[in-house]
Amino acid sequence: MENLILPPKPKNSLFKKIKVIVITILVIALYLWTFTSIDIDWGRAIERALNNFQRVIPRLFSPDWSAAGEVALSMLETVFIAFAGSLMAALLSVPLAFLAANNMMGKYLSVIGKWILSAVRAFPDLILAILFVVAVGPNAFAGVLAIAIGSTGMLGKMFSEIIESIDMQVVEAMQANGANKIQILFYAVMPQIIPEFLSYAIYRFEVDIRASSILGIVGAGGIGTMIIFASNNRNWNEMGMILLAIIVVVTIIDFASSKIRNKIV
Amino acid sequence: MTKENSSLTPKKVPSIYPSRTKKQVTFIFLVILGIYLFSMYWTQREMVGGIGGALGNMYTVIEKFFPPNFAVLPALLDPMIQTIQMAIIATTVAAILTIPLAILSAQNVTTFKPIYYVTKTFLNLLRTIPDLVLAVIFVGLFGIGLFPGILALVIFSLGILAKLVGETIESVDMNPLEAMRASGGNPLQVIWYALVPQVLPQYTSLVLYVFEINIRASVVLGYVGAGGIGLILNQQLGFYNYPNAMAIIIVIFVVVIIIEYISNKLREALI
Repeated sequence: MENLILPPKPKNSLFKKIKVIVITILVIALYLWTFTSIDIDWGRAIERALNNFQRVIPRLFSPDWSAAGEVALSMLETVFIAFAGSLMAALLSVPLAFLAANNMMGKYLSVIGKWILSAVRAFPDLILAILFVVAVGPNAFAGVLAIAIGSTGMLGKMFSEIIESIDMQVVEAMQANGANKIQILFYAVMPQIIPEFLSYAIYRFEVDIRASSILGIVGAGGIGTMIIFASNNRNWNEMGMILLAIIVVVTIIDFASSKIRNKIV
Repeated sequence: MTKENSSLTPKKVPSIYPSRTKKQVTFIFLVILGIYLFSMYWTQREMVGGIGGALGNMYTVIEKFFPPNFAVLPALLDPMIQTIQMAIIATTVAAILTIPLAILSAQNVTTFKPIYYVTKTFLNLLRTIPDLVLAVIFVGLFGIGLFPGILALVIFSLGILAKLVGETIESVDMNPLEAMRASGGNPLQVIWYALVPQVLPQYTSLVLYVFEINIRASVVLGYVGAGGIGLILNQQLGFYNYPNAMAIIIVIFVVVIIIEYISNKLREALI
């Protein structure tokens, strides 16, 4: 009988086994460290929860309608903050995205652009809001600036990935025909990127509505200001009203935005 | 040359876009511009000195915050570790709780429509509530400490993770599942042998992504009394001790960058 040539068995090399074992040990060690060193006072938390439950939960579900007008006005301000902030971010992130995209500028500039964007992304929105509240005072404009800078990091990254994914043959064809840089930008690059840019900018507006609703906690305007007052006064009925307003507005804007985005792309 | 060529084309080159589209785009552009200008007016109406004064203040801010006082670094180690631990625990719990929710919210596995719609609506509602609002409520319920913070992170990340994992499940190749079903596998067997191998790499990557989000969220949770480094930051800002606050902000920045870098490398290796 002739020897059958079998496909080689998958090698389970020693190196691979050791790698798996080391990773497993590391993960287990991480969890042991986390769960043994974290101190949560369970007794107190449960005791507090039992005491507070009646005072908090039922009242959250019976919103204080007398505060509805005030809540609606601050929610409107939140929407304004998110709108102005995300529009500013959309404009700011276009040049940064072109800088960071590796098929537009040189290789080194692209690395610099990527570093700028990830540095901006590392700041949580609330930290930015703290800085801007100190700079421009406790008002809604601090919130606009915080949202604008905070969203630039993420939008710039998304935009640069879109630019990197365009069809470069169109650009080459135009170059071969002797088009200058500006003509290439307007006739080869822009038509390819605009729908997706718009789609991401609108998506970012959705995210920013959520983000700007908490900025008031550090004094940067919007409905967050009311959240912090309601929580300090233990006014859970008003908190219920605020929560309802946030849920309704966010749901409406999510719905509208996904409809618009489906139409664009 | 040019003269001859231009005589071939009509005097006025018609635009490639129909005039109706042009009108629509102009209208939308004007509306957006209008809302933007109104928002700018509205958000600045309480500001003293207007935007010019604000820009002048930027310099004062830099003067106040710099140089950061790095002498506080040793005192920051413990709260920073607590913050990271909060994120680890919350991500783990959310990663476990997300599995049933993600399966129930995937249209191709949960063929019973009512359950699918209920789960989907529940997840959408969950995602509308900002993390800090959850933290405020849980601090009211459980008192100041780490536990309300962890709970807020769990619920907040559950909404995101279940949605993303659910979408991953919806995009799997259905043929292996059908083959298993045809050869008499029960639902659990189908999920374990046909679905899990397809989803596992993406699932792990998404869990790491949510871990990044949780790290960023957990550094500010302390601001409302839910433990971690935000608590210290709030105190220092309350004392107007800006150099200390700047040191804390820089520590947060460095930690977030390091964790994001590690998580990115891990995710690249996974997929």
